[in-house]
Amino acid sequence: MTVKHRTHHLWHFHGGLKLEGHKAMSTAEPVVKAILPKRLVVPLQQHIGDIASPVVNVGDKVLKGQIIAENNSYVSAPVHAPSSGTVTDIDNFPTPHPSGISSLCMVIETDGEDRWAEREALTDPRQLSPVELRQKVRRAGIVGLGGATFPTSVKLNPGPDSAIETLIINGVECEPYISCDDMLMREQAKALILGCELIQYMVSAHHCLIAIEDNKPEAIHQVRQEIEARSLHNIEVVVVPTVYPSGGEKQLIKILTHKEVPSDGLPSDIGILVQNVGTAVAVHNAIYLGEPLISRYVTITGEGVQQPRNLEVLIGTQMSELIEQSGGYHENAAKLIMGGPMMGFTLSTDHLPITKGCNCLLVENTPEQTPETMPCIRCGACATVCPAQLLPQQLYWHASSKNFEQVQDYHLFDCIECGCCSYVCPSQIPLVQYYRFAKTEIWNQERERIKSDHARVRHDFRQARLDREKKEREEKLRKKKEMLEKKKQAEAKAAAEGKSDAVDPKKAAIEAAMKRVQEKKAAQQKPPSDSAEKPSGDSE
Amino acid sequence: MQFKTATSPHQTHTSSVSSVMYKVLLALIPGTIAMIVFFGWGVLVNILLACVVALTSEALMLWVRKRPIKPYLMDGSALLTACLLALALPQLAPWWLTTVGTAFAIIVAKHLYGGLGFNPFNPAMVGYVVVLISFPREMTQWVPPLLEDYTLLTFSETLRVIFTGELPLNYTWDAVTMATPLDTIKTQLGLELSVGEIENHKQYGSMFGEIGGFGWEWVNGLFLATGLLLAIKGIIDWRIPAGLIITLLLLSNTFALYDYASYTPPTFHLFSGGIMLGAFFIATDPVTAATSSKGRWLFGAGIGAFIFIIRTWGGYPDGIAFAILLMNMAVPLLDYYTMPRAYGHRWTEFPHHHKEQDDEI
Repeated sequence: MTVKHRTHHLWHFHGGLKLEGHKAMSTAEPVVKAILPKRLVVPLQQHIGDIASPVVNVGDKVLKGQIIAENNSYVSAPVHAPSSGTVTDIDNFPTPHPSGISSLCMVIETDGEDRWAEREALTDPRQLSPVELRQKVRRAGIVGLGGATFPTSVKLNPGPDSAIETLIINGVECEPYISCDDMLMREQAKALILGCELIQYMVSAHHCLIAIEDNKPEAIHQVRQEIEARSLHNIEVVVVPTVYPSGGEKQLIKILTHKEVPSDGLPSDIGILVQNVGTAVAVHNAIYLGEPLISRYVTITGEGVQQPRNLEVLIGTQMSELIEQSGGYHENAAKLIMGGPMMGFTLSTDHLPITKGCNCLLVENTPEQTPETMPCIRCGACATVCPAQLLPQQLYWHASSKNFEQVQDYHLFDCIECGCCSYVCPSQIPLVQYYRFAKTEIWNQERERIKSDHARVRHDFRQARLDREKKEREEKLRKKKEMLEKKKQAEAKAAAEGKSDAVDPKKAAIEAAMKRVQEKKAAQQKPPSDSAEKPSGDSE
Repeated sequence: MQFKTATSPHQTHTSSVSSVMYKVLLALIPGTIAMIVFFGWGVLVNILLACVVALTSEALMLWVRKRPIKPYLMDGSALLTACLLALALPQLAPWWLTTVGTAFAIIVAKHLYGGLGFNPFNPAMVGYVVVLISFPREMTQWVPPLLEDYTLLTFSETLRVIFTGELPLNYTWDAVTMATPLDTIKTQLGLELSVGEIENHKQYGSMFGEIGGFGWEWVNGLFLATGLLLAIKGIIDWRIPAGLIITLLLLSNTFALYDYASYTPPTFHLFSGGIMLGAFFIATDPVTAATSSKGRWLFGAGIGAFIFIIRTWGGYPDGIAFAILLMNMAVPLLDYYTMPRAYGHRWTEFPHHHKEQDDEI
């Protein structure tokens, strides 16, 4: 029976590369669970955002799926015990990171029982509100499994101003060698579709597009069959041509909708939400099964591995154990890459734990002699393939001469580091390395600038305070002086006025007293005459 | 197990600068053979001499500049410069003229500006213009193409003419050299003859072929064919020759329609002189051309316009070298104003958007 599928109109993004897939080597066998390791090293920072803080202590027994570290802030995710056992250590251990940095990890000695903690499975999740479901997604520690590891619950809450029109489920998997998403779609199509419906419900998206590259016919078939079986009308599989990097969020949006995410914005600004297929399955597991994110599909592949394959791996499993389960290394194995050959980063050792963001372990053999690096001949091959439509050779020119202002004029920060330019460069210039260098330098300068701005503001404040205090002191002094002056003046004035005022009464008193004395004297002399006169006068 | 670390991407293409150069060199062969057939051994002697001088100058400059000699000497860029210059020179140009031009191209135009990738001007064209201006008389020693009343010199005779300046007995310079069709047209148009009259002239008529200069049309046709092949393979950018040819076609067609007696027809423009060599092999030198798609269209179109202007009203019969050098000068400007609109940006932001942003900060 042939089924006619609606054909979705597709657009092109600029540039891109047709790369050899090398995917078949790891998809021959079905995915099996990796052997339960004796020891799990679970990093507490496996996501973008703040590190989770441990909530169990060394010596505690933990159950599979139990929260062992809680998120303290909004952009963060809790971490769960991948299996049951005993916590034996909480310390810094090397984690898979481009810089080879160590970070806080919890070591669990497994007991082999793999006993689950209590799981709350929902049969009809739509009885809960999107907010409640989102909370469950948050508690399940789900992060973007395409590699970016951004906390999913944050992405599912785009904010009141951005209504999501279209949900895009990314099953493109455009990097060569990687096949874990392909296998996931083949084997868990039902969970994927249920997960898509849940996400659609949570963000109230009108329709959902599941994008799959045309080099994965089996996955396309499985997912389509599932959609038909459930006769869903608002979920659609869109087959996109195999071009690297179609799986890049911005490029995929362009292919499916012809829209472009603004340079300084997010997909939600144009009503789009993109989630990886693995994330959708994880959402299904969290809601329908009550199982947090404690395992994932990992592709172990490359010419340097004896038996390339996909494994379902518990978070915290050592990479060396997975290689062992894939038949071990080829004798010429020379490079261990986490991720794909275009954007993955090399690891110096395989004694590192698998994290939520680890989709692929690629082992490369000693490369053939590569031609020497030559000067840029401005051939423009890089500009032709750049999916961000930049001018890589100009970026290179300005980045190598440390002209950080010019390099930003050429939109350095729109570079997604896909590696297409380095791939095609006939002069074998490691272009992406220059862009990373320039970005880091600019960030450092920015940090320095902010720091010095802070310092300047602080200094200005202090200076202002000192000035103010000085002024206040001066003012006080001046006032005091003024007061004194006034007092002095007043006293002087008073003194001047006192000659007629304060001194007068004394004088008056003296004068009065003297007058009185004189009057008395006069009276003492007069009365006899007076009396003589009077009687004489009376007698007459 | 310990592993080597490196930054992504971990896969690369196998192409290299030298493979690009050698492919272009390979594509020069058919046209060059046609030139040897029509114009004699002088073409080959010039090429070999220029290659020796170029490699010597290159090695010398690399040594002086303390650069690794082997990888740069083997990259094919000096050889390509030498071949392009040699193909542009008159077939009987004396050895010292070829030497001076090539050495100047490599030493001054290429290495004094910083070597491969840094030279703003096309070295071959700089070398050509230097000898054209310095030695105008020697630059007219063109050989007539296989015409009945002219005899081609043998290989040893050619060697002697080039290296000693001595003609074989019984020969005069007028017997072994003649003006090129472009030169003839220019001179005769100046003498008030019409294009039609010149083409049917009893003395000059024989040098005009079906569509261009006799012999030249074959040379140009073969350079066009291999050039197209390079463009299809993506080894050279097709926009530059397309812009050049379309512009030249439009301009010459417009003027020929306006006055067919005083302006040569478009086919003659395209299939005479070094148009196809210039369009597909010289103007496409990536180092000295514009880099954006639009910039390359404009770069090619500019060269086409200058060629027409110089050929029609200028002082030289052909103006490819001057046209290319003039457009080389315009490259930084073209690149700046034809910057593509990056993903997620609006056109209005280009190319001065940053200033507004700076103001906001």
